[in-house]
Amino acid sequence: MNILIYDNTFEGLLTAVHDALDLNLIPSKILRRNSFQDDLFATKYEIDADLDKFESLWDELKKKTNEKNCQRIFKAFLSESIDVEMIIYDYIKLILESDYNIETNFSDDSVVKINNLQKKVGRETQRVLMFVRFQKTVDDIYYASFDPKYNVIPLTLNHFRNRFADQKWVIFDTRRKYGYYYDLESVQQITIGNKKVSMESGKVNSESLHVSEKLFQKLWKGYYDAINISERKNIKVHMQFLPKRFWKFLPEKDFKNSLTKA
Amino acid sequence: MQIVGVMKSETINKLKISANAAKYDVSCASSGSNRANKGKGIGNASPWGICHSFTEDGRCVSLMKLMLTNYCIYDCAYCANRKSNDIQRTTFAVKEVVDLTIEFYRRNYIEGLFLSSGVINNPDYTMERMVRVARDLRVNHNYNGYIHLKSIPGASDDLQQKAGLYADRLSVNIEIASEPNLKMLAPDKNFSSILEPMDTIKTKIIENKEERRKFKHAKSFSPSGQSTQLIVGATPDTDQSILTLAGSLYRNKYLKRVYYSGFIPVNSYDKRLPTLTEPPLKRENRLYQTDWLFRFYNYRIDEIVNEDHPNLDLEIDPKLSYALRNPWLYPIDINKASYELILRVPGIGVLSAKKIVLARRYGKLGLINLKKIGVVLKRAKYFITCNELKSPTINELLPQNVRQIILSEKQAKRKLKTNNTQLSLFTTT
Repeated sequence: MNILIYDNTFEGLLTAVHDALDLNLIPSKILRRNSFQDDLFATKYEIDADLDKFESLWDELKKKTNEKNCQRIFKAFLSESIDVEMIIYDYIKLILESDYNIETNFSDDSVVKINNLQKKVGRETQRVLMFVRFQKTVDDIYYASFDPKYNVIPLTLNHFRNRFADQKWVIFDTRRKYGYYYDLESVQQITIGNKKVSMESGKVNSESLHVSEKLFQKLWKGYYDAINISERKNIKVHMQFLPKRFWKFLPEKDFKNSLTKA
Repeated sequence: MQIVGVMKSETINKLKISANAAKYDVSCASSGSNRANKGKGIGNASPWGICHSFTEDGRCVSLMKLMLTNYCIYDCAYCANRKSNDIQRTTFAVKEVVDLTIEFYRRNYIEGLFLSSGVINNPDYTMERMVRVARDLRVNHNYNGYIHLKSIPGASDDLQQKAGLYADRLSVNIEIASEPNLKMLAPDKNFSSILEPMDTIKTKIIENKEERRKFKHAKSFSPSGQSTQLIVGATPDTDQSILTLAGSLYRNKYLKRVYYSGFIPVNSYDKRLPTLTEPPLKRENRLYQTDWLFRFYNYRIDEIVNEDHPNLDLEIDPKLSYALRNPWLYPIDINKASYELILRVPGIGVLSAKKIVLARRYGKLGLINLKKIGVVLKRAKYFITCNELKSPTINELLPQNVRQIILSEKQAKRKLKTNNTQLSLFTTT
């Protein structure tokens, strides 16, 4: 039994896949280093990211399919699904062993699996674009917390940088405890050490909020309530489109909470 | 601090009144425009549109829908803001709308602004103030987010032209699908007063496209096209007359979207209007489905509604209804038929049809493959053959029986759901 253990990064995973294919080694599992528990009976291979190996495999994949399909593999990786490594391994193997591009062979299992994962990731990415709510702080930074199911914040950065080019902003992943800060020039990865933000509620505390912030939250909540047509009430559809797990970030759904806690 | 306090109570009130007055306009699309954020300003328009919230009625909130004023000189029977209604009225200053748009946009509450207005003084006066909001946003604030402006019928060509240069989409609402009924409910309006601005906008959009072909940097005119809205159920107009009008608007006026709005009896005292126990939401839904069949599935309107079938079947969707009325077209061979024919199978959508056409190049498709692709086999199985033993299709079972089977399956599913909730209640107590 062969277990490949990689360094938690995408580059590391592709290095592991590269080595396995190169050495003709059939892995029974590919695991992240931080999720690996020792197994006495298995042969273990510890693999660190090797950028040369990563790039040579990445280029070959691009050649055999295309850029968009490679992005699919990366998106599937961000799902952090427990079996994603083997799904990616199978998919890459399929690509390399086929004489033609198998990208659209929707009756093949590993094509279907990759597509399902990347679809879930894509959907969660879209939800970040929809439901991120910035709170303006005293130092004119627009701050937002989010708790995405998958590790998708990196996929949203281009969108927010293009859209909010003239304001400083932070988007913070409260589940993975890291985020990104845009300082009008570039986007940098950050962590937050102070207590100005609650990791549970995602809210900026009231001393750090801009003086106008609560007014605009209240205006927005007032607008949201007034635009509803009560004769058309349809809670089922409402809940389907706006699942409860997002409510704590939305002033229109959680305003009471934000007033008392902030 | 003081200023913030003053703005607070007054603006909150205005915003509530205005949103309440604007909420019956269903258009909320923010798609179709690809406006880039130039020179580090605020915002851009994303071509696929983004919803930012959903209200309890299940509708998406993408744009901030406001009426610049809900005072109006007209007295249309179906409208909550008609002049004879004794309701709270309010008027925004241009700057107030601009500030709200910018502040909401910066917090990622909205994709942009949808601005309409009651008609005050005269159409030009009203439209001029609306254009000022759009101009202020674009020119003084370098705002590149989405703007949808409602065109005021009767406003001058010059103002329409200006509106189109700042807005991503323009719209003129027809509201009532036939002219005699429109005249009865809205004595101040007639078809030509609505269709004329539509024609003006259409001509300008076409001219603009031509101009942009020649000069790359020419400003775009209403790049996301124009739309309109039809109220459903306020008059005896049939689905056939509503959809035929919609079809001709798509074809002849190049409209991007026609919206259907189930009539909500806002002025129940008016005897010209029907009394309804609830808004015709199912019918509205069926109209949208037909609209989709027309725009994305290559159906002709008269294939769905015609003299023999002037109204849509409320029990089953229009695509299934069409299939049941035309059994001789089925079964369709999934492994051989053209994309257009596969699109006509109930239970297969645009995405599945595309996937089928791509996937069958690698090998023949059977039921398991179709399921993986996302086909709803429970429906599709009566209308297809594939690489599988033949199962009874619509021709052996007969249309009326297929209809019965599908309807009873639907009912059983609903029953199962209610039973399950009852059961879980029982076990937890």
